[in-house]
Amino acid sequence: MAETQEILEGAMAVAHAVARCRPEVIAAYPITPQTHISEELSQIVADGDLDAEFVKVESEFGAASVVCGASAAGARTYTATSSQGLLLMNEVLWNIAGMRLPVVLACANRSLSAPLSIWCDHQDAEAIRDCGVIQLYAEDNQEACDQHLIAFKVAEDRRVLLPAMVNLDGFLLTHVFEPTIIPDQALSDQYLPPYKAVLKLDIDDPATFGAFTEPDKCMEGRWMVHDACRRSLPVIEEASAEFEKVFGRASGGLLENYKTDDAETILVAKGSISGTIKDVIDEMRDEGTKVGLMRIKTYRPWPGEAVLAALKGAKQVAVIERGGSFGAGGIMTPEVKETLYDAGLRIPVSGFCVQLGGREVPPDGIREIIDRVSSGEKQTAYEYFRLKQELLPDLVPEV
Amino acid sequence: MASPVPFDYSDRVLKPGYTSCLGCGEALAMRIVAQTVGPKAVYTNCTGCSEIFTSRYPTSSWSAPWIHSLFENSAAIASGVYYALKHKGKLEGQKVIAMGGDGGTADIGLQCLSGAAERGDDFLYCCWDNEAYMNTGIQRSSLTPLDASTTTSPSGKVSWGNDRPKKDMPAIMAAHNIPYVGVGSCGYYRELPRMVKKALSYEGPKYLQVHAVCPLGWRSDPARTCDLARLAFETGCYPLYEIIEGTTTPHKPPKEGWKPVQEYLKPQGRFRHLFRSADGEQRITRIQAQAAANIRKFYGDDAVPDFAKEAEKKAKEMTTAQA
Ligand SMILES: Cc1ncc(C[n+]2csc(CCOP(=O)(O)OP(=O)(O)O)c2C)c(N)n1
Ligand code: SF4
Ligand SMILES: [Mg+2]
Repeated sequence: MAETQEILEGAMAVAHAVARCRPEVIAAYPITPQTHISEELSQIVADGDLDAEFVKVESEFGAASVVCGASAAGARTYTATSSQGLLLMNEVLWNIAGMRLPVVLACANRSLSAPLSIWCDHQDAEAIRDCGVIQLYAEDNQEACDQHLIAFKVAEDRRVLLPAMVNLDGFLLTHVFEPTIIPDQALSDQYLPPYKAVLKLDIDDPATFGAFTEPDKCMEGRWMVHDACRRSLPVIEEASAEFEKVFGRASGGLLENYKTDDAETILVAKGSISGTIKDVIDEMRDEGTKVGLMRIKTYRPWPGEAVLAALKGAKQVAVIERGGSFGAGGIMTPEVKETLYDAGLRIPVSGFCVQLGGREVPPDGIREIIDRVSSGEKQTAYEYFRLKQELLPDLVPEV
Repeated sequence: MASPVPFDYSDRVLKPGYTSCLGCGEALAMRIVAQTVGPKAVYTNCTGCSEIFTSRYPTSSWSAPWIHSLFENSAAIASGVYYALKHKGKLEGQKVIAMGGDGGTADIGLQCLSGAAERGDDFLYCCWDNEAYMNTGIQRSSLTPLDASTTTSPSGKVSWGNDRPKKDMPAIMAAHNIPYVGVGSCGYYRELPRMVKKALSYEGPKYLQVHAVCPLGWRSDPARTCDLARLAFETGCYPLYEIIEGTTTPHKPPKEGWKPVQEYLKPQGRFRHLFRSADGEQRITRIQAQAAANIRKFYGDDAVPDFAKEAEKKAKEMTTAQA
């Protein structure tokens, strides 16, 4: 049985890949640029091509709560959102992770208001970074599709039992047409057998979910979320290896190391910007610059050991971000530094926020960053790259 | 003297040992509702007193499957449970019961509840209406009655307490055109089983609001919980009724006639400030006028006692004088 490539919009492709996972309860609420995923899923259900309950919720808060309840009742569940919607889910996502429910969701990454912008950056997903949801990032639509299967597999693994979120860049992936293989149904079934909950809301075997704990017990409950998340690292690798075995193409995993082996300068990035970065790397390699990219595919749990292995030979590292911690530095940049620091390495790490709200970073921008860090420029603070000074009015009062 | 009969709790859905206050009307209502529904149900619970006093890890009082997620999503969690069971073909012989306090229901959780009701999801939602956020220390909610003193609507030199009348939550639910809306009371606990059974005889969303005296928050005598709850009805302060498929049936009127609101207000610390001055008396007149309107709404003008009509007139004069 051969899988064939079709030219599909990213969101459509994802919807069909999700359908192959046979979710039983789907709840989603429209928000650009996620909307096409839930629209297409509701069509798939309406056409009878997927036997699932599509719950027409009144908000993303409702969507997350419905999948929480459905998952606790033992169903395989799915939701998708973006930006403000993800933040509206925030409270529920922490709760879902705490109750160890393997909900899978997609985030079509988009900026956060204000100012309002529907375009891509990673501040939405990074805002929920610490809640115990596994976070995978796709570079292209094929990967976004495949990571959904892997996400279900990992989330439902008894060693893990945590929610998992596939991130795909809003518009840059969701609305882009690419040749994509929709995973074959029979292979998907082979890869992902029906979900069997370890513990569920069951009248024949009643359990209490979401009890309250006093200080003598709470911390252990929270630590177990941390522990399960860390333990999911090898499970993600395992699930990715099995994916390759079943589908015959590599997908998933923790990192992609692109020309890093002998690289003096290594860039770190996640998401679709990696395509542009690889193009620049190819050009600069031809010119003799030893540069490579470490692409984060699994962001939570943080794949520290793999990051260290990839970066330890570098002379300098530049982290390319689509977010930041206002009033502090970057988001990923300090994590890279921590990993190196803990290993006793003092490799200079620079951090750049290259895009917020969908602004393009052209190849010459990436090239500039590589040139600057390769020339030994030392950064004193996380940099918001190529800020347009002419757009920054004298709003800041003189003190 | 007869030898004591040992209690048998083996068939209790909500097992004894939960940690509510003495005389808690919410605990009474919840226990009876759960006992009526039985163990063949999944229960969902908002954050709030009922959740806290039944689920301290690892000593849950629940012998049926029970889930608490957040303060405001009991209805949406119940929806999720419902769709999961529906998909798995397991709804036969099994119910879904959502529960929450007045805050979790009428304030922060209203959106999830409205969504579920509008979708027609098949479960019974029970609101334990103790008329404030009790679990967090007696803050007002939109179901706190007029002039009740709470920690966020305190009476004071220039305040009579809560400055808004109670929101008509059952009407909001009825506006969703759901098959069953019921307003019961912990004081009429013997009627709760009938109401629950009636509600559960319908498919789709059902809403049951139970007036639940909270001795801690109302500063009332725990021994008078049921008595006070009955007075709430007998004074017209808290009408009890059912709206079944659009038809409203009020509770039968009090045998001994409608009583003045003072009988209900006076034993409660939350209204004590009204009994300290002539101005306070005027406030009570307003509350009496409101009770008159409640009685008229459900039993017609003839049912409104003279003292209540008198209060209405006075209240009107006060408003005109103010304007
Ligand atoms: C989002 C959120 N806001 C606030 C709280 C704090 N909180 C927990 S229970 C509660 C009040 C509960 O009041 P009610 O629903 O009336 O239930 P009761 O305790 O009176 O039974 C509040 C404010 C919370 N848990 N979550
Ligand atoms: S505070 Fe009120 S509602 Fe809460 S347990 Fe005590 S009596 Fe019951
Ligand atoms: Mg309350």
